[in-house]
Amino acid sequence: MTTTTATIKFAPVLPLRWLAWFGFALLLCIAPLVFNKGASLSLLSQMGTVMIFALSYNMLLGQGGMLSFGHAVYAGLGGFFAIHAMNLAAAGKIWLPITLAPLVGGLAGMLFGVLFGYVTTKKAGTPFAMITLGIGELVFSCSLMFPEFFGGEGGVSTNRVYGEKFLGISYGPQIEVYYLIAFWLFVSAIGMYAFTQTPLGRIINAVRDNPERAEFIGYDTQWVRYMTLILSGFFAGISGGLSAINFEIVTAENVGAHASGAILFFTFIGGAGYFFGPMIGAIIGVFMTVMLSDFTKAWHLYLGLFFIIIVMYAPGGVARVIMQNLRVVEYGKFGRVWRSMTAVSASTLLAFFGAVIGIEMLYHLTLESANGTTRKLFGIMVDTAAAPGWLVAGTLLAIGAIGFRLALPGFRRAWGEVNAEIEEQIRRAA
Amino acid sequence: MSNLSVELQDVRKSFGKSEIIRGANLKVPKGERFAIIGPNGAGKSTLFNLISGRFPVSSGDIKLNGKSILGLKPFEINRRGLSRSFQITNIFHRLSVYENLRCAVLWSLGYKYSFWHRLNGLKDTHERAEQVLEQIGLRRRRDTLAGLLTYAEQRALEIGITIAGGADVILLDEPTAGMSRSESDAAVELIRKVTVGKTLLMVEHDMSVVFGLADKIAVVVYGEVIACDTPANIRNNAKVQEAYLGGHAPVAEAGG
Repeated sequence: MTTTTATIKFAPVLPLRWLAWFGFALLLCIAPLVFNKGASLSLLSQMGTVMIFALSYNMLLGQGGMLSFGHAVYAGLGGFFAIHAMNLAAAGKIWLPITLAPLVGGLAGMLFGVLFGYVTTKKAGTPFAMITLGIGELVFSCSLMFPEFFGGEGGVSTNRVYGEKFLGISYGPQIEVYYLIAFWLFVSAIGMYAFTQTPLGRIINAVRDNPERAEFIGYDTQWVRYMTLILSGFFAGISGGLSAINFEIVTAENVGAHASGAILFFTFIGGAGYFFGPMIGAIIGVFMTVMLSDFTKAWHLYLGLFFIIIVMYAPGGVARVIMQNLRVVEYGKFGRVWRSMTAVSASTLLAFFGAVIGIEMLYHLTLESANGTTRKLFGIMVDTAAAPGWLVAGTLLAIGAIGFRLALPGFRRAWGEVNAEIEEQIRRAA
Repeated sequence: MSNLSVELQDVRKSFGKSEIIRGANLKVPKGERFAIIGPNGAGKSTLFNLISGRFPVSSGDIKLNGKSILGLKPFEINRRGLSRSFQITNIFHRLSVYENLRCAVLWSLGYKYSFWHRLNGLKDTHERAEQVLEQIGLRRRRDTLAGLLTYAEQRALEIGITIAGGADVILLDEPTAGMSRSESDAAVELIRKVTVGKTLLMVEHDMSVVFGLADKIAVVVYGEVIACDTPANIRNNAKVQEAYLGGHAPVAEAGG
């Protein structure tokens, strides 16, 4: 087996890649048929727009090593331009089918990329991050200075159903909007993937790894960063335009620091090192912000905890966790890690469960105890002011934490051994 | 058109109050191999950093193929046909060996900042990268991440990246530093092979490498080029022996 890998290595990649894209398209088509209950359609639509946004953000973070704290500027301004264009089109002043409205957002995002990027990409690293933060604040404060454009506190709203139907599509029903988003997601994802396979897409990797050396092979690193940011702004703008169509409203919050921070969270959670990582991050992120906020007031806390755990224990994000596990399975060594992995996961889950009970009780006690201290938790009525609930929470947390400490060394050892062996195998095969 | 590849005219460089390079003069004719030697701290690497545009000069002039390159950025100097390697390995760690070389040839083949070409469809880029890969003997390591190579392999890749763009003036900063004897011999062969027909400037401490490769040797002491001559003449130069060797004369030993 080891002798053949070297020769066949590159042959199956292309078909496999086509298969992956075909599978992605298929998934986009059937997703609303599988998840067809209640709010799932609007959830899927939102995930689609955020996926584009996260992928565009990763052109900077993952591919260019540029940590931006102001990427929502491009998506948000794209959204504003798209929504104004839609309103103009609805008033009959310009011609713009709604299908193409995201393109207006994309062009606006690109334009502001040209404008702001010229300033931000002058620097790399920490100064770049600082400048993006400043630009973000600048644009947000503009929303108060130009209320005609930004719509003041209430934002700008629109009605996406205007003009004549095109092939019977009015974009009134959510399902039609979903497929519009799915279409743009597919096209944008292909576009952004294609970018990684171009000279500029490779050189931005080189600039990420070693900007100094990139200068000595003929590249102006500032220009490389600048062009990448402009293209990234284009896709961010498309996502902003789609979001405008989806929600029929754009507010100053869309350009704010909170939106910029969220996309950084999502991209990092998903995994900046893999092309598809940000898409996973978008799914998790939207799911947590939308679904979790229905169930609990503490959802911000959970998202923050999740982020910290990822940064500390899985800095490559969910995508890397998946890929590493798949690699272990591929080399037939999963049998050696699954026991300790289960032990670690189970104790983590137990501790997490205990923490959730505690957090929920605390939230209830401090925020809602005026209406009585009892509340329902996981189907059981709990008195948040009495000891039993706290004891259960504390015990679960303690057992989980101890279990984690006991199980972790074994897992680390097994995991390290297995991966070292795999790397040795790969080295020998090469 | 000048027949000099690199010319330094009274080049001076100060860091704060201390003057590191004090009026260095050097003429490197096209196609010759120059070794720059000198005691530690003499300013050899600083000289390289000035020629390649990493630092600006304080005064004086540097000409590349007859044209002044003062005030140009490193990438502009590179585009005029000068490429350099580094004393401390300076490669793209998270890219494979092949990708490192492919990046290094992109500009010279005219693809610049293109985002409309498909990288894998560029035959000339692929062929040139494979050719360099073969030359530096890392074919076996083609798809290994550069950061995972052994030290000697990284040094070979360092040279590969430097020559891949086809520059006609090559600056190598201690290419064999930290290598074993056999690795160093292999490196000398590699350098000889890849710099045929090019102008080579090389900082080197290993005297067997210097005498094995160089057509001329320039001796730098306290920021000045005190002598520049053929290896045989340098070996017998009293001024060099006194200033550089302090009377010990390992140059003669190593050369002899």
